[in-house]
Order: sequence, then C-alpha cells, then structure tokens
Amino acid sequence: MRALSWHGKHDIRCESVPDPQIEHPRDAVIRVTSCAICGSDLHLYDNFIPGMTPGDVMGHECMGEVVEVGPESRHALKVGDRVVIPFTISCGACPQCLRGNFSVCERSNRNASLAQKAFGRTTAGLFGYTQLTGGYQGGQAEYIRVPFADKTHVKVPSNLSDEKLLFLSDILPTGWQAAVQLGIEETDTVAVWGCGPVGQFAIRSAVLLGAKQVIAIDRVPERLEMAAAGGAIPINFEVESVMERIDALTDGKGPEKCIDAVGLEAHVSGHIDSMYDRAKQAVMAESDRIHALREIIYLIRPAGTISMPGVYGGLADKVPLGALMNKGITVRTGQTHTQRWTDDLLRRIEEGQIDPTFVITHVADLADGPALYETFRDKKDGCVKVVLKP
Amino acid sequence: MRYEPQGSPRRGHPDRETDRLARGLGLFSLALGLAEIAAPRAVARSVGLSGREGYVRACGAREVATGIALLAADDPMPWMWGRVVGDAVDLGLLASALDEGPQRRERAGLAMGAVAAVTLLDFAVAKTLSAEDRRPARPLKDYRRRRGFPRPPEAMRGEAREMAGVY
Repeated sequence: MRALSWHGKHDIRCESVPDPQIEHPRDAVIRVTSCAICGSDLHLYDNFIPGMTPGDVMGHECMGEVVEVGPESRHALKVGDRVVIPFTISCGACPQCLRGNFSVCERSNRNASLAQKAFGRTTAGLFGYTQLTGGYQGGQAEYIRVPFADKTHVKVPSNLSDEKLLFLSDILPTGWQAAVQLGIEETDTVAVWGCGPVGQFAIRSAVLLGAKQVIAIDRVPERLEMAAAGGAIPINFEVESVMERIDALTDGKGPEKCIDAVGLEAHVSGHIDSMYDRAKQAVMAESDRIHALREIIYLIRPAGTISMPGVYGGLADKVPLGALMNKGITVRTGQTHTQRWTDDLLRRIEEGQIDPTFVITHVADLADGPALYETFRDKKDGCVKVVLKP
Repeated sequence: MRYEPQGSPRRGHPDRETDRLARGLGLFSLALGLAEIAAPRAVARSVGLSGREGYVRACGAREVATGIALLAADDPMPWMWGRVVGDAVDLGLLASALDEGPQRRERAGLAMGAVAAVTLLDFAVAKTLSAEDRRPARPLKDYRRRRGFPRPPEAMRGEAREMAGVY
C-alpha cells in the first residue's frame, strides 16, 4: 500500500510499504478514506521529538471503513462499519481507561519501558507518533491496523461527509477538552495563544461553553481572521503589544482562563527569551521553546487557569515558577482523552451546532502529502488544515 | 478587518528580525552622521584623520542620507548595500592614515577594526535581505466567513454551557 513515511528531518516520502495485518485478536484493519496532517506531526517533521525510526508511517488523524476484524473485536465492529479512529489507543479496561483517562491508558503502549524512561510512567499508545508511544504505524496511508479496535474507534453515520467527521479523531476533541478543562464561567475572558487548527476549535469551544469574551493571539493574518469569524478578538503579536491589548480588554487584570495551543515550537520573535530558547534548542541543550507559555503565566489573572493542549516534548528552562506559584495558577495539561468527548461532539455535529469543515484549507491526494507538510509548516498559501485522500 | 496592506510587496517577510536590525543600523547611521557633521574635528582626531575634516563632514552627510533612507524606505535592502559601499570607502580613507606616524596609525587601526566589524554585520544583513522572496504577494486568503457555526458567534455563545467544567 501507499503511505507517508518518515525518513528524517524534513524528509517525508509517499512510498510503498507492507500492508497491515491482524496481529492480535483485538485488532482491526481499516481502509483509510480520509486522513489529515496535524500540527503535532510538524514536530516530527522538524525532528524535535525523539524516537522516530526511518520508515515509520506518519499520521494520527484518520477515518475509513473496517475491512478486517480480529475475533475479540467482533462484538463491537464488523466489516463495512464506517469509523473514525481516535489518535489515542485505549484498552478500555485498565484503571485509567475506566476513569475516562484514555490518553494515559496503562496497556496500549507496547514500548512502555521507553516511555517510563522518558516520562517516569507510561502513557497511552499513539498512532504514528514515535517509538515512545508504541511505534504504531500511522494513518497517513491506505490502510491502518488498529490495536484494541473494539475500544479504539468511533462509529459514525453514513449521511455525513468525511470532512465533517474526520476531526473527531483529534483536533476537535482536543480543542474542546482544552476549553472544558478550564471550567469556563459566564464572566470569564478566555485567551487562546495559537490560531492553528486546535486553537480554532478551542476558540469555538470557549464560545459554546459561554465565555464572556475570547481573545486570539497569533501572527498569521488569515488565521486571525478565521479566529475572528469564530467569535474571537484577534491580536497580531507582530503588529501590536499583546500585553497592552489584553490589559485594555480586561481592565488591566488579565484573562481568567488561558489556552496554550502553541506548544514546543513557539515562533522565534524579537523577545530575548525566544531567541535564547532557539539557541539552546539548536545545540540540543533544550527541547522546547516555551515563549508562549511564559507570556501566559505573566499575563494571566491571579487564581486563573491555564490549559495546555499544545504539545511539549521534553525539557525547557526559564519557567517563571515564581509567578506561577505566587499567582495561584492552576495548570491543566494532557493529551486528549479523545473517547471521553467523541459521542457528545458527534451529536453536536449531527445537530449542526458546529461544522468542523471551516478549518479545512487544502484537500489533496496522499501523494501530495510530502509537499503539503512543507506548505503547512511554513503557513504558505493560507494553509490551516490539510486533508489527504489515500 | 485586514492586518496587512493588500498591495504590500513585502507581505509575508520571512525574517522580520533582520528587517528590524536594518532599521536599527539606520538609526546608527543617522547618529554617526550627525556627530561627523557637528564635530568633524573631534571625530577626525579620534580616528587618526586630523586635517581631513572636510572628508569627515562629507562622510557624515552620506551617513545621514543612508540613515534616513533605511528608516523610511519600505524595503531597506538597497540602502543596506549602500552602507556596505560606504563602509568600504571609510576603510580606504582610514587606511590612508596608517603610514602617517605611530599615534595616527594606532588610532586609524582601531577605527578600522571597528568599521570592519560593522561591515561584516552590514554585509550579513544586506545578504539576508537580498535572499528574500520579492515576488508580489498574492492576496490574502479570505477566511472571514469561516465561522464553523450555523449562526453568528454571538448567537452561539453558551449553547453548550452545561458542559463547562465537566471534566
């Protein structure tokens, strides 16, 4: 089959790889009808997260049709079912899954010992996201093997397009969880750093959850306009002072709730700390550039809450712990417990409350994937979200 | 609401930091030029060029003109190359003082070291700016109607309030 494989920094290839097979009785094989490039795939493309091996198939946002089911998943799936595949692989039976903490499933990471070395304890297996999270082949391919398939799927109706459903796999529930875990109140201002796809969904989620006002911070004009279309007040940090605008919008007190939808590759701006991070990253003395997070800790209102859907990979320094502690800030983090939210979000899509297709800017054949990685990384051609058709 | 002029040929400048550095060098040009015009004797003596105040004043005028252009121009690139050429002229002038006695040689040598360092910076900035993609920008993609909601955001506010804090 054809798949997008990782071969090193900035080297993604569309090539022929072996077809996936049922390897365990709970597996299923899915024929992928649509898949997407995620912002977190760019961290692998830019080689900032360790643990990829050449030939690894990329992708953790996909959906399609079941073509083969292992005997222990047949109670939940049958050939022909239309499914969205959550990016977090979950067994559904371990203590964490039973609590709904699907992204920290204790059983799905087959390379748990590697994860323990990196993180102290293991987290869930993920598709196409390094050996640290299981080394599972990803979904930017014609077919994908889904482990624990009886629990790692979302059945979707046939009357809705792939484009409306695909993002249940990751970015829609990720933006949603980022907003839900803030505990938004009607009087709250929610500020969202980063207007990529997750930031866009976080903005709309904050509006639906009833925030008084939502502020969006980015530097790409098209993305800020998309944020404004969803109800946010845009701030372009390259042409105006984030602090002055936020102070003006919050009576000088700062937002009660903040979302970091930027993650480890914060833009290197004129701020000394961002240049410092870039220099340290270049000599491999630090893995994450955390300028956005520092700015959030500085600007958030005391006793506020920070939600971090943005992906961080390893270590960073110059964290303003003094401000974090003395201001009494709560920080909520984590990969998304995708399955916790998908039923509710599918209902909202079916009812028309939210239409996720707004974020799609590029639809192309799988073979165009390598070029579109670059387009997406460089934010060229107004690129916000790429959907690929295998 | 548009954030950048539609017709700006420099939209999407890949390296705003270099652009800012060029403007900073423009300020430096302006300050140096004003000093050379206002106090040519002191400047000439400090760099081993006593007796050549006329040259110093002329260099000052050039620096002021370059500085204003760097600060005012939409595209600083050609003016950065102007600075590089000016640096070469300055180095030539200073070199002529190297065989005019030990004190002058020492002062001119120090000044040449400083000018050489600035020349390297000027060259790097000019070269970086020259590498910029100068094709006219395409119009911005228009995402102003991509709201993702069936109704305007104001009408959707709080539609899922029952889920706030359900975590």
